[in-house]
Amino acid sequence: MSTTTYTLALNLICGAFLLVAVLMLLRRDLAAIVRLLTIQGVLLAALAALLGAREGSLELYAVALGVLLLKAVVLPIVLRRTLRDSSEARETKPLVNVTASMLAATLLTLLAYALSRPLVALAPSPATEAVPIGLAVVFLGFFALVSRRRALSQVVGFLLMDNGISATAFLVAGGVPVIVELGVSLDLLLIVLVLQILAARLQVTFGHTDLDELRELRD
Amino acid sequence: MNAYSFSVAGIGVVLLQILFVVAGAPLLVGLMRQIRARLEGRVGPGVGQPWRDLRKLLSKEAIRPHGTSWIFIGAPLVLLSSTLVIVAVCPFISTVSPLDGVADLFAVVSLLLLGTVALALAGLDTGTAFGGMGASRGVTVAALAEPTILLAGFALSTRVGSSNLADIVEGTLRVPTQIFSPVSLLAAVALAVVILAETGRLPVDNPSTHLELTMIHEAMALEYAGRDLAVVELASALRLTLLLGLLANLFVPWGIATEATPVAILAASAVFAIKVTALGAVLAAGEVFMAKLRLFRVPELLAGSFLFGVLAVSASFFLA
Repeated sequence: MSTTTYTLALNLICGAFLLVAVLMLLRRDLAAIVRLLTIQGVLLAALAALLGAREGSLELYAVALGVLLLKAVVLPIVLRRTLRDSSEARETKPLVNVTASMLAATLLTLLAYALSRPLVALAPSPATEAVPIGLAVVFLGFFALVSRRRALSQVVGFLLMDNGISATAFLVAGGVPVIVELGVSLDLLLIVLVLQILAARLQVTFGHTDLDELRELRD
Repeated sequence: MNAYSFSVAGIGVVLLQILFVVAGAPLLVGLMRQIRARLEGRVGPGVGQPWRDLRKLLSKEAIRPHGTSWIFIGAPLVLLSSTLVIVAVCPFISTVSPLDGVADLFAVVSLLLLGTVALALAGLDTGTAFGGMGASRGVTVAALAEPTILLAGFALSTRVGSSNLADIVEGTLRVPTQIFSPVSLLAAVALAVVILAETGRLPVDNPSTHLELTMIHEAMALEYAGRDLAVVELASALRLTLLLGLLANLFVPWGIATEATPVAILAASAVFAIKVTALGAVLAAGEVFMAKLRLFRVPELLAGSFLFGVLAVSASFFLA
């Protein structure tokens, strides 16, 4: 693969990765958010596969396959099941309204760019120059995590953050060893499953999954 | 470029572009209405209907409400003339034009804003409830939309190092692969959303209704009649055409004439017509499937497009 094609593909994948993360903040429809998360999983796998093709590393291909299976197939299925069992189809009352969260996302992206400049300066290459995007997605995920109320949106925020961390790892270090990736993936799967059970219990107890209810003591 | 810039041919190209766009704009509006009508199962009035409307309105006397000032009389003229200046300077048919020096992104955006402000002032000048409401809504949308146009254009201009529209178009022609860069994609999304808002299309404004609770553009132009209304209608058709034309030529510039031979100019005119018609058809077909957004949700959409603009600009730095 020539360097120009590689750079072009890398930039396109990273751009789309960021675009999907922003769209997840913009949409309120939870089903659409889960769809976007699936697309982001595919993009992350494509990123790993692209880096694998660049470095000719079989290990990265395996990691890409694992990412694809977990983030584009298994997790969306789990999330869709949670969504089907719950009564809410929309993120109705985020703590920060959508317009303000768009502006916050703007600032977070610029912050990610400012913070990652020393990192990029260490070893400038097409991959490290895209690191701000990975960091920005981490920030956006964290923002979604703290500003949303519904259990499912918070899980999505958590997954968004994890996607950002994985993307940053791929871009900085050219991927992580399979054993580490496996550990992280299983951890992630377990967390999401536990959160699904928690959301289901919330649904049964309160009739909705607004996590603010957990702050008050009840008889 | 300058050798022939001020020649007869150069001026001819500009005149041709103005005539072409002015003649085509109402036809584009007619075509979009016709497509919508057909998709909704109506027969439709035909593509030429906006021109017939304009002819009828132009032959009628302009009735002005009692108590309105010169602002009300002047606004349609300011709107139309500022729009005509943009039509003259933008690189629609040819990238070489004697007006090349003024085809600056910032100048074009400020001229667009000038027209919007003129119409908003006219809406306020009538002193009616709907005029004031329309003006306040129109200015709200414009205040959110114009920065996004600037940002999207700025993102495209960083890679050629110039905010001249013809230079941006030529830069894209030279390096076609940059169309597929994230900068272009993000800027295209941002600009497309803003064009919907600027031209008052769904989901921001419904162009085919006079429903008082939702209208934006129509509310400002509500008191106009006869000749004045014809001017306002023509200007809004022109704005739609020129924004679609800008979108087409900034992101898909192929087919634009880079020299001034008659054949190249004619071919470029045809290609431009096809591009704008295709964009208009897609827009009209898309509108059939869309509902109008609640007014208070519009800032959400525009803030989103602003964010895309910012991302496009920042991506032009970190994904150079």
